[in-house]
Amino acid sequence: MEPVAGKTHLRWVVLALVATSLAVFAVKVFVLGFPLLPHAQSETWDVEARVSFLARGRPVKARLHILPGSDRYAVIDESFVSRGYGINTASPGGNRQVTWAIRGAQGRQALYYRATVRPAPGNAVHSQPAGPMPQKPEFAGIEAAAARSLIDDARARSADPDTFVSALVQQVTAVPADQRVRVLLGRNPQPGKDLMLAARLLTFAGVPARVAHGVRLTDLERSAPLVDWLQFLHKGRWHYVSSQTGVEQTPRDFLPWWYGDRPFVQVSGANRVETSVAVARGRETALGGATEQGLRLMPKLFGFSLFTLPIETQAVYHVLLLVPVGAFILVLMRNVVGFKTFGTFMPVLIALAFRQTELLWGIVLFSAIVALGLTVRFYLERLKLLLVPRLAAVLIVVVLLMAALSVLSHRLGLPQGLSVALFPMVILTMTIERMSIVWEERGAFEALQEGSGSLAVAALAYLVINQAWLQHLVFVFPELLLLLLAAVLLLGRYTGYRLLELRRFRALARDESR
Amino acid sequence: MRGAWRRLAEAGVLGINRRNADFTLMYNRRDCIALVDDKLVTKALAQARGIAVPELYGAVEIEHDVRRLPRMLAGRNEFVVKPARGSGGDGILVVAGRFRDMYRRVSGALMDQSDLNHHVSNILSGMYSLGGFPDKALIEYRVEFDPVFEAISYQGVPDVRIIVFLGVPVMAMVRLPCRLSDGRANLHQGAIGTGVDMATGRTLTAVWRTEVVAEHPDTGNPVTGVAIPHWPRMLETAAGCFEMTGLGYQGVDLVLDRTRGPMMLEINARPGLNIQIANRAGLLNRLRQVQAVVPELHTVEQRVAFARERFAVRPSGILR
Repeated sequence: MEPVAGKTHLRWVVLALVATSLAVFAVKVFVLGFPLLPHAQSETWDVEARVSFLARGRPVKARLHILPGSDRYAVIDESFVSRGYGINTASPGGNRQVTWAIRGAQGRQALYYRATVRPAPGNAVHSQPAGPMPQKPEFAGIEAAAARSLIDDARARSADPDTFVSALVQQVTAVPADQRVRVLLGRNPQPGKDLMLAARLLTFAGVPARVAHGVRLTDLERSAPLVDWLQFLHKGRWHYVSSQTGVEQTPRDFLPWWYGDRPFVQVSGANRVETSVAVARGRETALGGATEQGLRLMPKLFGFSLFTLPIETQAVYHVLLLVPVGAFILVLMRNVVGFKTFGTFMPVLIALAFRQTELLWGIVLFSAIVALGLTVRFYLERLKLLLVPRLAAVLIVVVLLMAALSVLSHRLGLPQGLSVALFPMVILTMTIERMSIVWEERGAFEALQEGSGSLAVAALAYLVINQAWLQHLVFVFPELLLLLLAAVLLLGRYTGYRLLELRRFRALARDESR
Repeated sequence: MRGAWRRLAEAGVLGINRRNADFTLMYNRRDCIALVDDKLVTKALAQARGIAVPELYGAVEIEHDVRRLPRMLAGRNEFVVKPARGSGGDGILVVAGRFRDMYRRVSGALMDQSDLNHHVSNILSGMYSLGGFPDKALIEYRVEFDPVFEAISYQGVPDVRIIVFLGVPVMAMVRLPCRLSDGRANLHQGAIGTGVDMATGRTLTAVWRTEVVAEHPDTGNPVTGVAIPHWPRMLETAAGCFEMTGLGYQGVDLVLDRTRGPMMLEINARPGLNIQIANRAGLLNRLRQVQAVVPELHTVEQRVAFARERFAVRPSGILR
C-alpha cells in the first residue's frame, strides 16, 4: 500500500485554506469596505502611458503629452511614476506636456503616467475644453500651387463648410493618392500624415482644423492603439470628422490626448524609445477608497494587492484569475457529473476563447473548425504520415482555416468571425487528433459524444466565468480562490457516484428493487 | 435520483470515483503499475513465473526497424500486432491470413505491407498510448480460441476478464466479440459481456451495450449457461498474478487457446466497471469481504477456494 496521508490531514488542510480565505475576505469586506458587487455606474477609466528607453549615462530629457481633459472627459486624478527624475508639467501651445529629466541614468528606464478620467466634466482637476488653436500654415512654391488647386476643387464640389470639409478630406485620403497630394505629403509619407495635411489645408482655406490624437476607452485594452481624428472649428465648436468618409461624426469612447503635429513622445539623450498606452475600466470609487484605506492600515498586506500592478498586468490577471474557476467547473463536470472531455483542460481554454467570440458564435466557429479539421485529418490518414509531421500538418491547416473563416465572415459582414483568431489553435489541433483516433477506434458516436461533451463543459464554464459579479469577486478578492482550492482538494477524495453513473448502472439498481 | 443513488449503494455498485480513490490509488503502487503498462514487460514477467502467454514473434521499438517487418513476419500467416502501452484495445490489429502479398484481417479486409508498416509507425509514435508517449509494437501469436466459444463469438477472440483484489479473484466476465465491435472484445467497442459464476465457471446473463441478451446477436446461439473449460486453472493463474505484479487491484485478461489452454493476455491496473453490469452485481460488497478475510488467506489455493465458495451464484440464480 502506498503511504496515504489520512483523511484528517486533508481535513486540516482544507480547514486552514477555508479559514484563511474567509478571514482575509471578511477583513476586506467589513473593515475596509471593499464592495461585494460591481458598481452599476463604474464609469471611470484608468489610463496609463508607459515610456521606456535605453539610457547611456548621459542627461536624458523625455517629453510626453498628457491628458488635457475635454468637454466630454474630465481628468479627476493623475500621477507620475519615475524614480529619480525631475518632473515638470507645462502647457506649450495649448497641449499639456510632462517633462522628465535626469542628469545621468543607465540601462532600461520606464516612466509611467497614470490618470483617471470620468465622462462629463465635474470637479475636474484640469479642464481645457478648447485646446490649442491651429496656426495658419504657409505653403511655398509648387506646394502652394498644389494646395490652392486642391482647395479650389473641394470648394467647387461643396456648398457649405460641412461639405467642403468632407470633399477636401476625401481628396486627401483617396487611394491611390492624388498627384497634388503626393507633392504635399513628400516622398515617404508616414501613417497619419494625410490627416495632418488635411488639417493644414483646411486651416489654410480659412476653416480652422486640427488633428486630435487619443485613445478609445474600451474594456481592457492591454495596449490601446493611438487613434487620430480630424477636427474643424465651426460656429465656435469643434466638430469631429471621420478620416475614412470625411463626414462629420461624433466618435464614441474617444478620449482626446493632444492636438496638432507634435509627436506623442520626444526623448533626447537616450535611444530605443518604446511607448505604450493601456486603458482599463476603473474600479468604482468605493473600491479605490477601500484600497487606499487598506494601504494605510495594513501596508504589508496591501502592498501586495493586484491593484498596485500596472494596468496592463492587471488586465492579464482579470483573465488569469478566471482560469481556476473554469478548472473547478471542469472538475465538477468530470468527477461529479461524469462528462467525458477531450484533453483535461481543453474546455477551460475554449471557454476563455468564448469570452471574445460570444457563446453562439464561439460554438459555431469551434464546430466549423473542428469539422473541417477532421475532414483534413481523415484525408491525411490516407497519406500515412508519421505522428509529429501529421500533427504539424493539421496545425497548419487549422491556422489557415481560421484565417479563411475570418476573411469569409468579414466578407459576409459578420464581425464575430474575426475573433476566431483567439481560439487556442494548438488545443484545437490536439482535439482534432484525439477525436479522429476515437472516431476510428470507437466509432463516430463516441467521438461526437465526447466532442459535444467537451463543448458543453466549455459552454457551461463560459456562462459561469462570464458573470460580471464573479469576475469582480475573483479580481477584488483573489483569496476566494483558496476556497476553490479547498473544494478541489475535497473533490479529489470524493468517492460517491458520478451522476451519469446512476444512468450507466441503472440495470443494477433495478435488480435490487425487484 | 436519490432513489437511484440509494439503490446503487445498496447493491454495492462500485463507482469510478471510489474505484480510483479507495482501490487503485490505495492498492496499486506506481512502480507496480509500470510493470503492466508495458505488455512486453508483463510478458517477460509472466514467462519467468511459468504463466502461459501468447508467444512473442518480435517487437519493433524504433522507426528504423519498421522496414524489418517483412523479415520478422516471414512464414507467419496469422499474428497479432498490438501497442505495448495501448489501452482499451485501441491499436490492436489481428491478421488471420495472407492473400498473395497482402495481409488479411479478421474482418476480411486486405492490407498491403505499407498499410501494415504505417500502422506500426503509428503505434511507435504513441498514437495509441496513454499521454501520447512513444511506444513499442508487439507482434505475437494469434490465439486460436477454444471451440466452446466458436458458436458465440464473431470474428475476434473472446477473452475472460477476472478482477483480482489482494490476490483473490472477485468477479469475472467473458467478453464476446460481435459484428458491432469489429471483432474486438471490449465492451465499450460493442462486445457482449457475460457474467460468470465464480464457483463453476458457467456463464450467466449477458449484456450487450445496455440491454440484457440471451443469444449472441450475430450467431443466435445461447450465451448463457456455457461452461468455461479449465475454470479452476484460470482462477489460479489470475490469483497468481498478484504475486507477479504486486498490484492489489487488477484486472487479468485471459484467453483459452484450443491447444495450449489458458493464456494470460494482459493485466490492467485500472480495470473497467462494466463487469458489474455483465454480472448484474456490485463489486463493492465482494471487495469489502476480501478486505475482512485477506490476512487469513495465505496461498493461491486458499484464495481461489475462498472466491469459489463465497462468490458462487445461489441455485435460485440471485447473486450475492
